[in-house]
Amino acid sequence: MNKLESIDLNLYYSDFHALKNVSMAVKANTVAALIGPSGCGKSTYLRTFNRMNDLIDNVKIDGGVLLDGKDIYDKAVVTDELRKQVGMVFQKPNPFPKSIYENVAYGLRVNGINNKKILDESVEKSLQQSALWDEVKDKLKKSAFELSGGQQQRLCIARALAIEPTVILMDEPASALDPISTSKIEELIYELKKKYTIVIVTHNMQQAGRVSDYTAFFYMGSLIEYGETKEIFTNPKNQQTQNYITGRFG
Amino acid sequence: MKARKIKEKIIESILLASSSITSITVLLIVVFLFSQGVSLFGDSTVEKGSVMAVNKNNPVKELTGSQIKEIFDQNVVYWNEIGGKKDTIILFRIDDIGNYYSDEEIGENFEGLSECVSRLVDSIPGILAYFPEKYLSKNFKGKVLPLEKVSLKTLFKGKEWFPSAQPAAQIGAMPLILGTLWVSLGAILLALPLGLATAVYMSDIAHGKVRRVMKPLIELLAGIPSVVYGFFGLIVIVPLVQQVFNLPVGETALSGSIVLGIMALPTIITVSEDAMRNTPRAMKEASLALGATKWQTIYRVVIPCSASGITAGAILGIGRAIGETMAVLMVTGNAAVIPHTILEPVRTIPATIAAELGEAAQGGLHFKALFALGCILFIITLIINLLVESISASNKHKSH
Repeated sequence: MNKLESIDLNLYYSDFHALKNVSMAVKANTVAALIGPSGCGKSTYLRTFNRMNDLIDNVKIDGGVLLDGKDIYDKAVVTDELRKQVGMVFQKPNPFPKSIYENVAYGLRVNGINNKKILDESVEKSLQQSALWDEVKDKLKKSAFELSGGQQQRLCIARALAIEPTVILMDEPASALDPISTSKIEELIYELKKKYTIVIVTHNMQQAGRVSDYTAFFYMGSLIEYGETKEIFTNPKNQQTQNYITGRFG
Repeated sequence: MKARKIKEKIIESILLASSSITSITVLLIVVFLFSQGVSLFGDSTVEKGSVMAVNKNNPVKELTGSQIKEIFDQNVVYWNEIGGKKDTIILFRIDDIGNYYSDEEIGENFEGLSECVSRLVDSIPGILAYFPEKYLSKNFKGKVLPLEKVSLKTLFKGKEWFPSAQPAAQIGAMPLILGTLWVSLGAILLALPLGLATAVYMSDIAHGKVRRVMKPLIELLAGIPSVVYGFFGLIVIVPLVQQVFNLPVGETALSGSIVLGIMALPTIITVSEDAMRNTPRAMKEASLALGATKWQTIYRVVIPCSASGITAGAILGIGRAIGETMAVLMVTGNAAVIPHTILEPVRTIPATIAAELGEAAQGGLHFKALFALGCILFIITLIINLLVESISASNKHKSH
């Protein structure tokens, strides 16, 4: 069954038609990369999966977005509950001005979990999953701002993992990082795929090629082509996709 | 080429001149304030040219301003109450001389007056004579008491503010300082919760449209002249307080606090709302993306992130309340007594200065005492401003 799916999704910012009839599906435990030039709608599309677009005034959506076959824009859906299932990692590392420990525990605390034992276990597990545990286990009480940019981003991933989502959305997670940190994040994505379904927005074509199983090419708010990453990169069916991948525009 | 250089030089010197004029003006005002205020110390609370004298056998060596007042108010009637013998205090003013001596003895042109005063002081053991210095004879047989000099102690220990009292002016600033602090504290206790709630609502809950209407409205509140607030307070709040608490008068510290609280609201709201809106969007999104509700995000992320801005807003609000003159003058009742409850009339420092400066003789004790009050107020607000500075500095340090 498809983990995530959108059917004829249209999104408007006031009068601007930002997403046009986007239909695509993501299988469970795969990585789907969204590529395309700036302003093509890929980040907007990513944010429909955890309804982050709701925060912006004058956004109108029609069409369906399904998580495990259920429409997440249904009136009965509570957005806080949805966001516990669909975690998100942002472009720039954005830890809270709190300790490393409290950053990871945040998602649990807002869920009313304050039991120290449960928190301790969850913090350790999440930090291990995001391959940060060994680097920070002796300074959990230190401020998250003392970490390097790459470490901060892995902390943000750990923070998202702590609430045990099934889907992780990543909005250019490595664009603000150096090459070494980037490769660590990419390795991490490869590991996380075993347990989670991942949708990643990226500007970096090589990265899309390295980490993703499926790739979707967006242009001017439309989904131009979607298929297995190998196919898209070696044998694109659409001329625009070909032009973008070969670097002729974008 | 040369012309341009000259032009630049001229512009530069104009700029330099403007900034120097500004700085010098500020310095001049502060120096003037303090020179007037400090000159108070060393003056005597007893009117210049007057003498306080006692019998030469009286062991009392000195009288303070408040003791003199107690004696003249006849609250103290025996010398032993203030460290003397067990005699009744017999007050003598120069007008009383006719009760003791005949006109012949005094003389037609008062030429015998000095001698009479001297003899009188010598003959009555319990006398306290208060008379002009010109009637002090060369071989005066009594003991002239040294006049107490005004010191910081007089200012801060004195419990009464009555600078026009005769023969000894009472310049205890404590009732006024306490009045100021009480009214300001009350104002901030009322304004802070209301202001913070409004700030949170405007920054994180209200729709753009609501905010665009509310914000200018609140800023308008800051533009209303304070005398209008005072008038409003006098007509609306004072009777309301009087009715609600069933008081003889409605002009109380509480009325002042309410009016000042309303006046401090715009400062508190705008400063703390700005701080809240400056919470990085990424922080809020991160919190929401973790399944936190809007309210959880506000109190776990937005408020902690903007704590220093909120503090700065609150302190600036207090600053505004402490310095406010007109509105307070109109609604607090202006009784210079140490307040015991907020339902009593009080008097603040600015209101005192505004009300009394007109009737104080320039260069006199009263005049100088008002300037000393100004200095105290200046120091209080300076401390507040320094606090704001250090808080916003620590905030900058934290965010980097």
